[in-house]
Amino acid sequence: MRVTLKIWRQPDAATAGAMHTYELDTVSPDMSFLEMLDVLNEQLNAAGEEPIAFDSDCREGICGMCGLMINGEPHGPEVTTTCQLHMRSFKDGDEITIEPWRSDAFPVVRDLCVDRGAFDRIIQSGGFISVNTGSAPEAHSIQVPKEAADRAFDAATCIGCGACVAACPNGSASLFMGAKITHLGELPQGQAERDNRVVSMVSQHDHEGFGGCTNIGECTAACPKEIPLDVISQMNRDLRKALQHGH
Amino acid sequence: MASVATQTSRQGSGPASGQAAAATLVQTPRATRTTIYLKMLMAGSGLIFIGFVLLHMYGNLKAFAGHDAFDEYAHHLRTMGTPILPESGALWIIRTVLVLSLVVHVYAAVTLWRRARRARTVRYQVKKHTGAIFASRLMRWGGVTLLLFIIWHLLNFTIGKVNVQGGATNDPYNLLVDTFDTWWLTLIYLLAMTMLGAHLHHGTWSAMQTLGLTGTERARVRSKRLAFAVAVVVTGGFSLVPIFVLAGVITK
Repeated sequence: MRVTLKIWRQPDAATAGAMHTYELDTVSPDMSFLEMLDVLNEQLNAAGEEPIAFDSDCREGICGMCGLMINGEPHGPEVTTTCQLHMRSFKDGDEITIEPWRSDAFPVVRDLCVDRGAFDRIIQSGGFISVNTGSAPEAHSIQVPKEAADRAFDAATCIGCGACVAACPNGSASLFMGAKITHLGELPQGQAERDNRVVSMVSQHDHEGFGGCTNIGECTAACPKEIPLDVISQMNRDLRKALQHGH
Repeated sequence: MASVATQTSRQGSGPASGQAAAATLVQTPRATRTTIYLKMLMAGSGLIFIGFVLLHMYGNLKAFAGHDAFDEYAHHLRTMGTPILPESGALWIIRTVLVLSLVVHVYAAVTLWRRARRARTVRYQVKKHTGAIFASRLMRWGGVTLLLFIIWHLLNFTIGKVNVQGGATNDPYNLLVDTFDTWWLTLIYLLAMTMLGAHLHHGTWSAMQTLGLTGTERARVRSKRLAFAVAVVVTGGFSLVPIFVLAGVITK
């Protein structure tokens, strides 16, 4: 199949970028989206041009590196990561626009690569539990109800890819934070630091320049792990409780 | 320990698109300084408005009971609470609460709006809005529209008492009939009520979500249904009187 690609090119953070158009006519429907970009880069290499920089790592949908805005949707038209998107989701002759995540908190490093260090700092500020390391404790010594364990696990499937920020009209990272806060808040180990966690993480989020949530729901529609909006409500509730506790 | 690495790169279409942001950790986080706290103030003031429009709508429906019942109700708004409160005392308490709520609501909206604009200074060439209901995308400009409408509405019925037909303005019922007998005024009011309905459709749900009351799928579905019901009841209830005046059912 043949596709026309409109791709954001930007040599580095300090230089202005622009959309460039490329034609590719040797695309197989069985290729993954990133393999299609690999083919394009081989062509660019052969022609002596600079290949397009994009992030990828595991290519099996679990690491969260490969975020691209494809035709106005994070990770493209399917509910999955960019690496698990295949060219069969497109038609012969399609025009495909590829842009980096647009968020001032995620500065473009080059072409389609952005720096998601802001997420690391949000986690660093509170997305953890403080425990003494050592051998794994006896699993039955702290009991967790099945429903709580399930909800914690569902929230923990967040891979931190940033699609929620990319989709959000306000550039908010609330779904990402809500997932981590719900994950730890459902477990006994997460209780001691619960109030501090939400206040610190939300403060860091705001400090990084992310926008406020308006509960529109574009984040959850874009999330490759289908994290529900409930986690944002959970985060809001945790912040309300922290306020009541004097934080 | 805080990371002190300085990050000078910033996304933009040009090098001058923004100043450098330091990648530091917040040293003294405070819940009251967060965007969520601001959103809670917005949600709380919004809930006050929901209560107000429901009562206001109920009062308007008194127009169906005729001239005397409507005017008696309007007059009672000034005498309620007496003799414990002075004449119009309760009314002024309500007005003060509403004005304060409006200030809080608008302040929070403007602050969050500006913040959202700064969060994405380079826009997408192509952006779809998957998962968003249309009403949710109307909130900001819809809010501005409602603010303009409220100013006109107060000039029309409270502060200025404008009767476009040139009739008496000291009789609430007659002013109401004269106003909605004018087709273009009825049209303005119906459009404004549609915008109010859209604002409440997303706003009611959004307030409950912001206050952390929708932590399960069931609660989320319920609150979205409630929000839709509030929107339909308020818009429908407010629209009845203008429509029935224009249709000649409610007359002087």
